[in-house]
Amino acid sequence: MELSGSQMVIEALRKENVSVVFGYPGGAIMNVYDEVYKQNHFKHILTRHEQAAIHAADGYARASGEVGVAFVTSGPGFTNAVTGLATAYMDSIPMVVISGQVPISMIGTDAFQEIDAVGISRPCVKHNYLVKDVKDLPRILKEAFYIARSGRPGPVHVDIPKDVTAQIGHFAYPAEIKMQTYKPTYKGNPRQIKKAIEAIVASKRPVLYIGGGAINSNAAEEVREFAKICGIPAVETLMARGVMGHENPLLLGMLGMHGCYSANMAMSEADLMIAFGSRFDDRVTGKLSEFAKHAKIIHIDIDPSSIGKIVPIDYPIVGDLKNVIEAMIPLAKEHVEADRYKPWRDLLNRYNEIHPLKYEDSNEVIKPQWAIERVGELLGDKALICTDVGQHQMWSAQFYPFSYPRQWLTSGGLGTMGYGLPAALGAKVAMPEKTVINFTGDGSILMNIQELMTAVESQIPVINVILNNQFLGMVRQWQTFFYDKRYSSTDLTMQPDFVKLVESFGGRGFRVKSKEEFDKALEEAVASNTVCMIDVNVDRFENVLPMVPAGGTLYNMMLEYKE
Amino acid sequence: MEHIRRVLSVIVLNEDGVLSRISGLFAGRGYNIDSLTVAPIPKTNLSRLTIVTSGNAPVLEQIVKQLHKLIPTYKVIESGQFVEKELALVKIPLNEDFNGLDAMLKAYNGTIASSGEEFIVVMVADDYDRIDNFLKAVKKYNPTDIVRSGSVALDM
Ligand SMILES: Cc1ncc(C[n+]2csc(CCOP(=O)(O)OP(=O)(O)O)c2C)c(N)n1
Ligand SMILES: [Mg+2]
Repeated sequence: MELSGSQMVIEALRKENVSVVFGYPGGAIMNVYDEVYKQNHFKHILTRHEQAAIHAADGYARASGEVGVAFVTSGPGFTNAVTGLATAYMDSIPMVVISGQVPISMIGTDAFQEIDAVGISRPCVKHNYLVKDVKDLPRILKEAFYIARSGRPGPVHVDIPKDVTAQIGHFAYPAEIKMQTYKPTYKGNPRQIKKAIEAIVASKRPVLYIGGGAINSNAAEEVREFAKICGIPAVETLMARGVMGHENPLLLGMLGMHGCYSANMAMSEADLMIAFGSRFDDRVTGKLSEFAKHAKIIHIDIDPSSIGKIVPIDYPIVGDLKNVIEAMIPLAKEHVEADRYKPWRDLLNRYNEIHPLKYEDSNEVIKPQWAIERVGELLGDKALICTDVGQHQMWSAQFYPFSYPRQWLTSGGLGTMGYGLPAALGAKVAMPEKTVINFTGDGSILMNIQELMTAVESQIPVINVILNNQFLGMVRQWQTFFYDKRYSSTDLTMQPDFVKLVESFGGRGFRVKSKEEFDKALEEAVASNTVCMIDVNVDRFENVLPMVPAGGTLYNMMLEYKE
Repeated sequence: MEHIRRVLSVIVLNEDGVLSRISGLFAGRGYNIDSLTVAPIPKTNLSRLTIVTSGNAPVLEQIVKQLHKLIPTYKVIESGQFVEKELALVKIPLNEDFNGLDAMLKAYNGTIASSGEEFIVVMVADDYDRIDNFLKAVKKYNPTDIVRSGSVALDM
């Protein structure tokens, strides 16, 4: 089949069963957009900023498990996309992002809207390509999708010069992938697996430390089964919320900087840690020399470079988590006795009774934690939860009752304010039957506010719940704790009228000052079937607790803040 | 922890931008590059990079893993069994007294690579630490320019 480069892009997306693309056109990618116009295989959603197109594709990928796809133009279109790429890369999200580039003959001449896109994207993508010949395009697109979704997933960037999108070439989409140099390992080494089981049998205080890899590997069911067979208590990272399910008696909660007491104590007192697709982020470990210092460590990860990067590992297993746990389950059934860990489980449960996650509710002012719990009570597993970045994000992670994987979308690794709304749009497109909530802050929401227009135009009804503390709250909290309350550039009392703002886009707004108003607004928002903004006035000076100050130790948490 | 010198032979697809992926990896993650040489492997689509790096043991382990992780990386060889050679060119003014230079060149597998009206250029190819020694010894001839190639290495 003879096709132009642009037609090849459309055909490749069709072969990959892509049903939606998020994007924003411009000169260098106009040939592709011309073909977008002519086709009806996939839907194109025009965002109002390239960063949002990437976050939306990312939200789509996280919610669905499929590869998210976005188009942007060269120069500023691409540079606007970089934050989105970096966000997805840090959280290992599968995406293919196609950017236009100036024609090959003009590369290197500082042409209009020329930027070295692959030079910029290189450190924030899993892989990238600059397509120099239309004949390479089918193979490159095939590889791009394969690389994005295989192994440790991640974004792949394909930069296509304008003349390549116009050139005609032979199109035969490769049926199979043949890459000489890239072959991820899926199966764990059986000898290592056996040793890991022996270590579990020998342990008295084991803990499962579950990371985002459990979600990427679609391993939640296996993780739950393994935990149950072994009777091993589990902690989840920010990225892993939903893997165990909030009703699971073995789940202690989230660990780390704002983790719960029992989860952090479990890590500190364990004699064996079983890391399932987690990467020992500094927000999880606290001071490394004190981190889980009594524990031997089993680490299962598909990325060999994750293993031993931060702490030395006693039992490394390279492989796909789902695959490896499937191999561990029969051995666990045979050798591990769940009763053996009962005293340990009892101890941790007692820790949880002594210091549960808590906040002091009020009848005068809405506490942000209450609002999150309330959405949990009213919507529970019917809702997908997205967030922006800050205090509201941590409270959402702490207080929402997550029941299943992919219910929770948050920028963990990069911590990108402005992620929430566009990601919510992507999630809603992927899962139209779910209610999609974006818990956001009065700071973050303004970082991609233009996407209200996308939501209205493309009829993507998501509900933004602004936990409005009139502060860059998380930064304000650090200033309170560590900078003698010098509130440098964090006061946000100067604000737009969020209700009028959303209404000017054609959505619906609610201002909420009491619990009754909150319930009513949420109910109306869910029923409204349009994009909504619920502006909730919350206690301005509420702090996220408990807290392990940066570089502190997990067993020495700040449980409350005293003036 | 002990700082270790390590020679890595990295076989990669010979494609656009592969060198920038490698140098970018080292720069971005704060790893040392003491020297780097690269050339295509004849009759293949591959190139061989010889990288001399240093760091403590966990850092060296990460370097190898991160190199492996790059999509175009075919193989990373870190065997201790390398034949490793470096080349140095040294430019010496002709007004120097060359007494003993011949013997010195002999001792370091060296030759006179070129001679002109005002300078000679000598060339030595040897182990990197012997090159160090040679460059110290050759100082007495007041060289005006010295260039070192970086290591090339082959595993045994
Ligand atoms: C793009 C970006 N800029 C700056 C930061 C640093 N930062 C982290 S949290 C935060 C405050 C967020 O304020 P808001 O959205 O109101 O959330 P709150 O903490 O008040 O809940 C800031 C500025 C960031 N994470 N991302
Ligand atoms: Mg705020």
